[in-house]
Amino acid sequence: MELLDFARGPALQFAMAVFAAGAVWRLLGILLLPRTGDRSAARIGAPSRLVGALYVIVRRLWPRRPFLQVTLFATINSYVFHIGLAIVVFGLAPHVLFLRSLWGISWPALPSNVVYGVAILTLASLLAALARRVSHPVLRLLSGPGDYLSWLVTTLPVATGLMATSHLGARYETLLAIHVLSVCALLIWFPFGKLMHSFLFAFSRGAMGARFSHRGVSI
Amino acid sequence: MTGAVAAFDHQGEVTNEQRVQSALRAFVREFGVTSALHMESCVHCGMYAEACHFYVVTGDAKYTPAHKLEPFRRAYQREVGPFAAVARTLGLVAPVTISELQQWQELVYDSCTMCGRCTLVCPMGIDIAELIKEARHGLFKAGLIPERLALMDRTADKWGSPATPAEDLPDILHDVAQQYGVTIPCNLDRADILMTVAPAELGDHPKSIAATAKILNRIGANWTMHQSGFDASNVGFNDGDARLQEKLTRAIIDTALRIGATIVLLPECGHAYGAARWEAAKWYDKPLPLRILHVTEFLAELLSSGRIRVRPIGDTATYHDPCQIVRRGGLEQAARQVLAALGLQLIELKDHGVNGFCCGGGGGVVSIARATPLRHKVFELKRRQVEDTGAKRFLTSCGQCRITLDMGAKHAHWEQKVESLLELVADNLAD
Repeated sequence: MELLDFARGPALQFAMAVFAAGAVWRLLGILLLPRTGDRSAARIGAPSRLVGALYVIVRRLWPRRPFLQVTLFATINSYVFHIGLAIVVFGLAPHVLFLRSLWGISWPALPSNVVYGVAILTLASLLAALARRVSHPVLRLLSGPGDYLSWLVTTLPVATGLMATSHLGARYETLLAIHVLSVCALLIWFPFGKLMHSFLFAFSRGAMGARFSHRGVSI
Repeated sequence: MTGAVAAFDHQGEVTNEQRVQSALRAFVREFGVTSALHMESCVHCGMYAEACHFYVVTGDAKYTPAHKLEPFRRAYQREVGPFAAVARTLGLVAPVTISELQQWQELVYDSCTMCGRCTLVCPMGIDIAELIKEARHGLFKAGLIPERLALMDRTADKWGSPATPAEDLPDILHDVAQQYGVTIPCNLDRADILMTVAPAELGDHPKSIAATAKILNRIGANWTMHQSGFDASNVGFNDGDARLQEKLTRAIIDTALRIGATIVLLPECGHAYGAARWEAAKWYDKPLPLRILHVTEFLAELLSSGRIRVRPIGDTATYHDPCQIVRRGGLEQAARQVLAALGLQLIELKDHGVNGFCCGGGGGVVSIARATPLRHKVFELKRRQVEDTGAKRFLTSCGQCRITLDMGAKHAHWEQKVESLLELVADNLAD
């Protein structure tokens, strides 16, 4: 079996199975914990918990005014690589074809040059995030192996994808196989580390929004 | 008892292994969905450091809010998290050590006021203050809390208050009544309102007791204070003693229910509000058939309904928002309604309302002597913001905030007086 066949076949199937089972297990493991119900009386006139939850889920897309300046780099850089990743994953023609084979739906792909440019920008943004993580005293103190592994498995697919597109360093099939294997690594690590925030952010924000809307706090 | 290393105290004579086990058990005991979500969602972005007054005034990375939870995050991953069994079996997450728990005492107690400002900036919306409270449950059970808080805990357990034995309450109230010329009912069998106090009022601020009495008498309320439940500050809420928190809460709520009160009136105290308004019902596992009101919202209601009127003062003023009643309590507007009624021209601090900085002494930090230098640095932050307003008067609605700010002012030889909103209303009641 060629490396590319292995990557596209059993490796990818295994990775997707780990991703799906791990993500479901982790979500259920959290959401099925006992609920410590708040029996206090809500503040009169306070929005419902649901409204409070939805408000915070949306409101936390950008920082509150007092923190705009001090979080400017992290906010902008995070937006750059999150949006960049979304454009690359869902905009590149071969990705659209792959996702159609998976989900049965498709959409128009973006011009490959545009996606290529976005991928370079995304890679630069991820490198900037790493530079900040290793140089900022707070981030350095907080960061453990899981943080760096999450960065690595996010960055590798972007870097290998660019290499494959550019035919840099090896023959295309080999580069493509490495790219697919890097995606496998991402999928396998995803449920176990902080990449799960892709799902958890809404629950986490929502739980906080529900708690504080009950109290009449606009947070 | 002070341990070999000055940075931590310990209570009781048990083995280190027992301390670690007690801490872990207590920490994970009531881990619900929200706490788990907040433990799981952190991406280590570090933004929350910029919200913490202790980090802002020192620039020391160890005061980053998420770092204060580090051993407890690992405890969660090994004991509660969805992959706990794997993490334990394969040794993927290092076990928590006694040395770490000892070191973290300073971070969980001395340098966290549970003010919740970090939650404002966290993109995941993590309620770190609540997680710190759970971490305190662990350290309390391990016998690893600052000795001053442990002393207050033992005293409150015995007396119902860290300030005075319950049997002394009638004498104290008699003296306050005499000094300020007010009537203060005590131990009535039936009353509509049960008035409570905080240790600050039994010590430094007796005028606040008289102020509340004056207002309650003015509206003709049927009210009382009661020996069986009088101190609402709730040391257990702050120091991590869940058993004491329940006992002190039940003392007040049971008393109120027994005398037929429909309102429990809380003093100018932030943590009293957190413990009673939002957490009392959990000990009964049902909604309570009475209202629990902070005196600031009570004043706002009396003023808006016209039951009391005040003489306008006409000065400029600025206001320190106590974290537990504003950012974590929802009373931002109540205080401003009272200020407006007093005719004060409010000049807001640069960071005010929900965004306001803590006084630096909440969560029991005011009582931890070794945290004094850190508190004084935080005070300078508040002082600068107050001076920048140019306001003539500086007001707040929390006795502990006042004490913290007064201590900072004394240290800095700052002349600005920190005034009680409640006392200002009582002093300016119109006929």
